[in-house]
Amino acid sequence: MSTAVLVVRKDLLVETRSREVVYTSLLFAISCMLVFAFGLVKEGRVVADAAAAILWITIAFAGTLALGRIFDRERQNETMRALLLAPAPRAAIYVGKLAGVVLLLLLVEAVVVPLVALMFDAPLFRHAAMMLGLLLAGSLGYAAVGTLFAAMLARSRSRATLLPVLLYPMTVPVIIGGVRGTAALLQPEADLAMARAWLVLLLCFDALFVTLSLWIFEPVMTE
Amino acid sequence: MKRLFPVALLVAIGMFAYAPFLILDAPYESTMGLVQKIFYFHVATAITMFGSAFVAGIAGAIFLFGNRPAADRVAVGAAELTVLFGLIVLISGPLWARKAWGVWWQWDARLTSTLVMWLVFQAYLVLRRFGGPGSEKLSAAVAVFGAALVPFVYWSVNLWRTVHPTTNVVPSLDPSMRGPFLWSVAAFLLLYVLLLGARTALENRRARLDSLYLALED
Repeated sequence: MSTAVLVVRKDLLVETRSREVVYTSLLFAISCMLVFAFGLVKEGRVVADAAAAILWITIAFAGTLALGRIFDRERQNETMRALLLAPAPRAAIYVGKLAGVVLLLLLVEAVVVPLVALMFDAPLFRHAAMMLGLLLAGSLGYAAVGTLFAAMLARSRSRATLLPVLLYPMTVPVIIGGVRGTAALLQPEADLAMARAWLVLLLCFDALFVTLSLWIFEPVMTE
Repeated sequence: MKRLFPVALLVAIGMFAYAPFLILDAPYESTMGLVQKIFYFHVATAITMFGSAFVAGIAGAIFLFGNRPAADRVAVGAAELTVLFGLIVLISGPLWARKAWGVWWQWDARLTSTLVMWLVFQAYLVLRRFGGPGSEKLSAAVAVFGAALVPFVYWSVNLWRTVHPTTNVVPSLDPSMRGPFLWSVAAFLLLYVLLLGARTALENRRARLDSLYLALED
């Protein structure tokens, strides 16, 4: 556990010094929203349920960008090898990396969620606790699969193209759960029971995929 | 295995040759008529495809945790066959849907989870082909995740669709249709086992050739 904390601290330190991943993924997220606006706004009004879709697709896209860059940095400086050579359990390294990615995603969401609420006139803060739950559970699930695959692909040749190809089909449940849960909250009469059902689905997905990733990280990262 | 292969192949050919007659004899479905006959083809390949995906997932897990290269050679074949049978399912399905539902595609649980599974195993093959050295282990992890993912996708889309109910025609099987149906499922499964056996044998031979080359160079 202390190894995991050390890995998170290292990642956060590197990030606060350079701020590269935060800036690029934030800027990318905002550009994404701009592009969606042209497709999904009709006569000045947003198409029904579009705000939820824009929010989650933006998070997923920005997440891919961040994941790729985080592990590229590790590879360029050969620090990935150093991390794996360290006498620490592989699972702890995975947990540390996962926590770093989740924190980064939450930082991006902290900007994107108010922006979507503002620009697409979506009452995202009406049920703030439920929305926060959906965001946390969704980010954890997305990051769990993303961290595993980005770490695996760090050594492979065409990682930039392979990561989205692998990640998007794998994270379909997160996208469905996040989008439908948010859409349930955004209805004129918020459907809390429905949102709770989606939250449960997301939590089940998280539990299964974090366990599976912890289990698989070890043999996959061994040369 | 080697001697059994031609015999089993002949049996498979015989089964496929006889299947059209059985299907011809089966009664017409009352609302869909002739179109419903695609069912014997479509559902049989779908069952084979899902079976194949789980074979690939289990073989991948054995390769990862047991460190047995032989399991990996089975997994490659199973992944390729998943994509192949998946393609048949994804082509025959819309053909039937167009006539039965009036649309080519529905975002229903079954269709979506089939598509997702097919995409995951496409990704498996792409990763293996373009991933460079060491991609066997990575693709094995993809296979394990893919096999674990499908129940989830099914569940989530099912939940989504309960909010927007659609007319979903799931044929309840008439006893006179069951015979031809089981026959075609058995034929496709036999074909699958044969193809997988041939593909694994090819991969085994390739691995042996590689090790012989290495021995020669030393």
